[in-house]
Amino acid sequence: MAVDTYRPIWRDLIASKKAMFGLAIIATLTITSIFAGSIAYQSPEKMDIVSTFHAPGTAFLLGTDNYGRDVLSRLIYGGRVSIIVGVGAAVLGVILGIPLGLFSGYFGGLADNIISRFLEVIMPFPTILIAILITFAAGASQWTVIVAIGIVLMPFFARLVRGNVYSIKENQFVEAARGVGSSHLRIVFVHILPHCGAPVIIMASLCVAFSILTEAALSFLGLGVPPPTPTWGGDLQAGIKYLEFAPWVTLSPGFAIMLSVLGFNLFGDGLRDALHTEQSFIY
Amino acid sequence: MVILKRILFAFVLLFVVSGVVFFLMHSLPGDPILMWLGAEYNPALYAQLKAHYGLDKPLIQQYLIWLKNMLQGDLGKSLLSHTPILEEIMRRIPITLELILFAMIFSVALGMATGIFSALHRDRFIDHFSLSFTLFGISMPEFFFGAILMLFFALFWRVFPPSGYVNLSESWSANLHHMVMPALALGFPRSAVICRMMRSSLLEVFGKNYIRTAIAKGLRTQDVLLGHALKNAMITVVTVIGLQVGYLVGGSIIVEKLFVIPGIGSFGINAIVSRDYPGIQGFILVVAFFFVFSNFLVDLSYLYLDPRIRYGSRGRKQ
Repeated sequence: MAVDTYRPIWRDLIASKKAMFGLAIIATLTITSIFAGSIAYQSPEKMDIVSTFHAPGTAFLLGTDNYGRDVLSRLIYGGRVSIIVGVGAAVLGVILGIPLGLFSGYFGGLADNIISRFLEVIMPFPTILIAILITFAAGASQWTVIVAIGIVLMPFFARLVRGNVYSIKENQFVEAARGVGSSHLRIVFVHILPHCGAPVIIMASLCVAFSILTEAALSFLGLGVPPPTPTWGGDLQAGIKYLEFAPWVTLSPGFAIMLSVLGFNLFGDGLRDALHTEQSFIY
Repeated sequence: MVILKRILFAFVLLFVVSGVVFFLMHSLPGDPILMWLGAEYNPALYAQLKAHYGLDKPLIQQYLIWLKNMLQGDLGKSLLSHTPILEEIMRRIPITLELILFAMIFSVALGMATGIFSALHRDRFIDHFSLSFTLFGISMPEFFFGAILMLFFALFWRVFPPSGYVNLSESWSANLHHMVMPALALGFPRSAVICRMMRSSLLEVFGKNYIRTAIAKGLRTQDVLLGHALKNAMITVVTVIGLQVGYLVGGSIIVEKLFVIPGIGSFGINAIVSRDYPGIQGFILVVAFFFVFSNFLVDLSYLYLDPRIRYGSRGRKQ
């Protein structure tokens, strides 16, 4: 299956303009976040009462906000929160969801029934609401936001893996492994899990996009990573009051959110095309 | 029979949600009475208030009392405004419902139209164009799209009021005028999802033999579409539309904040920020109720769309 078609997939991926455009956005975002300290020419928290609401220009590339803080510098630092939360939550969703899906799909029976019913019930519940409640209960910080969104994402991975395991476990190589006396644990992790790789990676890419959106929404509501840490959602919200005469304060973080979400969506989409699988968006 | 089972399931679900929410709220760190008293703390007053709100009883007993009151339509009083929560929620529900309804109509109309159009012109320029457009739609947060609408249509061109809400009973035209931008902001990202689903589902149906037969016997495109393809393609689309309800409810919280609309969402956020436990419970319960109800409607529409489900045979996908 996946193993002998490895090379062509790689080539398809590189040939896909969609995936490469997405990758370029992701790379830019990652690099600017890692080297934020040297790229941003000003501290994101440095206030300057004299130069509030500077329009974008040579002095301040994207202008300044109501405290005279440089919008571009805040954008660069805000990207850190977005990418850490985005990737962190997706990874957590994978870590929580995969064992659940493997277990439920491999053993089936009553446990599977209970897990599936449970996932079916919580999945369509408004994700933002669950995230709000968890961050509220645990106190808002970067880590609780990651945990909250990760938990929200868990069912998506569990369902995906469960479905895949169901069909994979009917293969003869699984029967052969059982025949030579492999333990359940070995069969699940060595023989079945690798075959779930491709769909999980696609889903993970789309989930990073989703996490960035959710983090931004939480910050927008004032329930995400608390200030003074700059976040795109928080900055956007703070700018709404001055939208009429200083639209750049709102529009810059808005475009930043949209572009990075677009990047991960494009990459996931391109990857899916390259793998020739049908897998829908999680939204 | 199927319907009865669904109704029963909905009630069980609501019951479970109410229990989870209650125990979650009461296991949180932080004492609302303490916080509320603040500097005016004194032990006698504290004990009196605790007894007054019934917070001194064992948790199980508190839950049973709460459950009994809830079944009688009493969700308790807000710790914040001391007004009955149910009253407050009932006043706000129509506002949020109106917003969600308009957003739903907009997103379904736009999503289905573009999806059908895309599927009919598969792999042509217009199809690629609409697909890239949906990628933008999916990547666009409601609040950013709303802010852009606000900037252009309210602040630059002054077509719509920038924020606020007018009651339907005061003036229906002003009410609609205030609702246009919030509904567009809420509905636009959803329409992108519906469009994608409509397109792929329709393309799948187009590959079926009965469509080939319909085309072969000389039916016009619109007859094939309306008479044969659409209803079959709608089953998956309806599922997706049903799933969008969750996002619409979640998104309405955000859009209400952006456009300063006094709906359920802003009530919930206020309650959460000020740790108004009865308020939060009421809020979640209402959302859950709405949610279970809309899922129920989606299930009903399956019965209409797919007779196999109606007659109880196992035709439904897992």
